[in-house]
Amino acid sequence: MPTKNNLEALREGMAQALRRDPRVIITGEDVGPRGGVFRATEGLYAEFGPSRVIDSPLSELSIVAVGIGMALNGLRPICEIQFADFIHPAFNQIVNEAAKIRYRSNGDYCVPLIIRAPYGGGISGGLYHSQSIEAIFAHTPGLYVLAPSTPYDMKGLFNAALQVDDPVLFLEHKRAYRLIKGEVPGDDYVVPIGKAEVKRAGEDLTIIAYGMMLHEALKAAEALAGEGVAAEILDLRTLSPLDKPAILESVKKTGKVLIVHEDNLTGGLGGEIAALIAQEAFEYLDGPITRLAAPDVPSMPFSHPLQDFFLPNADKIAAAARRLAAY
Amino acid sequence: MPALTTQEFISQDHSAGLGEDQLLAMYESMLLSRKLDERMWILHRQGKVAFHISGLGQEACQVGAAFAMERGKDWLHPYYRDMAFVLALGLTPRDLMLALYGKAEDSSSGGRQMPAHYSSKALRIITGSSPVATQVPQAAGVAFASKLRGLGEVTVTCLGEGATAQGDFHEGLNWAGIHQLPLVVIVQNNQYAISESTDKEMAVSNVADRGDAYGLPGVMYDGNDVMESYSVAKEAIQRARSGRGPSLLEAKTYRPVPHSSDDDDRTYRSREEVEKWKRRDPILHCAKVLRERNILSDALAQSLLERVMAKVDDADQYAQQAPYPRPEEALWPVFGDQSHAAQSAPAREVAYAHQE
Repeated sequence: MPTKNNLEALREGMAQALRRDPRVIITGEDVGPRGGVFRATEGLYAEFGPSRVIDSPLSELSIVAVGIGMALNGLRPICEIQFADFIHPAFNQIVNEAAKIRYRSNGDYCVPLIIRAPYGGGISGGLYHSQSIEAIFAHTPGLYVLAPSTPYDMKGLFNAALQVDDPVLFLEHKRAYRLIKGEVPGDDYVVPIGKAEVKRAGEDLTIIAYGMMLHEALKAAEALAGEGVAAEILDLRTLSPLDKPAILESVKKTGKVLIVHEDNLTGGLGGEIAALIAQEAFEYLDGPITRLAAPDVPSMPFSHPLQDFFLPNADKIAAAARRLAAY
Repeated sequence: MPALTTQEFISQDHSAGLGEDQLLAMYESMLLSRKLDERMWILHRQGKVAFHISGLGQEACQVGAAFAMERGKDWLHPYYRDMAFVLALGLTPRDLMLALYGKAEDSSSGGRQMPAHYSSKALRIITGSSPVATQVPQAAGVAFASKLRGLGEVTVTCLGEGATAQGDFHEGLNWAGIHQLPLVVIVQNNQYAISESTDKEMAVSNVADRGDAYGLPGVMYDGNDVMESYSVAKEAIQRARSGRGPSLLEAKTYRPVPHSSDDDDRTYRSREEVEKWKRRDPILHCAKVLRERNILSDALAQSLLERVMAKVDDADQYAQQAPYPRPEEALWPVFGDQSHAAQSAPAREVAYAHQE
């Protein structure tokens, strides 16, 4: 099986989608001849031409809105937001329009639309090229929020997103784009939406993560194993709707849970997961539900020491896990 | 470049080709909307319905455009004042009354949306929201899909002049101009954004002046004249269908009633101004022209009125008696995939909510 990085896996998924389904259209800033600023659409314009891979004006609101219109009229658009940090002008079109159209039309209309957004930090992106936006959108029923972390999941969840008839916010961690490699099947396999995955089994505590933090958590688990602490690593993969059974199953097994995200703490997904566990698995808990997240400052700063202070990493995760395991 | 006049824009007077039957159908269509609208105001004042937002006074530009469309093929992405437009395209008085009362059978949304948020996939009327102008870039997307798929469809979208202050309007026109999309944007300039007159909304004299900025013709015309409205819309739709690109149409009209049932327009404009515009009523104007052409007689006018009122009465009675949605219908549809829909509202959480 060929080894690819996250970006290559996604690109292969998009190319295959364009090949097999004439309804698939890509639009966004610089997605055409340039192939996107991260090169996610590299080569697609050359193969499929300007009527399938369409450079958009620099206006995120309308990239999404035009995608909604295309989806309403028989296409399956893939809209690229160049950086997740720039998605906010499109908030109304995503939350008030795309996510509500099925409900407000009583199922008459639906919006099969994929909005791709590179997110997350650790690449010296500063306040506006580092943001984690998932909590803002995971609060919105009617919108899928996916955040695959591995090449296999990137392509598999992308293929799943192509099969649903509802809007999908597809979050791609930009630091993981080239850093993370893995085996990727050549066919159009599907990783189901709404299913988390245990990426490493353990008995002493559960660490719940996604995106780049998944890989930091895996690193932490390796270190912890040397100390005799067996951490189970649960990769959420889908952030909305959450895989509640998988979360509860793991927590019931280990009795302790550490939730990690690089989004800031307050109002982050960790709070929702903690509430779920407190309500549904209270009797199984053997220690405080613990969250490790970025501090509640407006966004990730640029300068290296500041950025490193802001971001959770394997060492910080291991430290938090050690304290929890010893509780 | 300033806005074009009707004469500068149209290649011919398209309304000259309308037969007597079509002219009468347009008149009756406007009359039906007017009488239904008036009944809705009354029902609100009687305390029978929670809310009404009106299209009263704007029937001509809507019906004129509806008759210029190819029904069943062309798309309408409407706004909340398009009552006459959607009736002319095939939504029924019963449909609209059911929505007004929030009844289960409301075909636009099953009682989910406030009234006047018209929708019908079968009629190619696209569901809308309450934030204004969001439909414009979406309509550009619908038109873009028609173009890419080579379907020969035209998309028409409507908004008020107040909504042209939104970025959505400008971004939608920008796409339409860049890709020369088969799109017709109709701004129904009724001169008020709730309480704000146009001088507080924009610094240019006409919305249509802005067309040039996006590389498409901007046209202003008498939106209270149904035949002129038809002619301008017909020209724009023909242009769009034949690949000559989008148009920005500005129908000059007036809203002789408050913004909605919750508004009091006496706080921001004079009664004299309102009365002046009532004398330019689009339905009175149409009736006058039809009488001058000996198409409409007193007897015919009376029988059309009776037919319209019978439909209004029927719709009102039907909707009043129709059942409400079952309360738990509030839970769906969230996603098309039922397993995900169920997960978004688990039974145990619902039970807790009801215990309190």
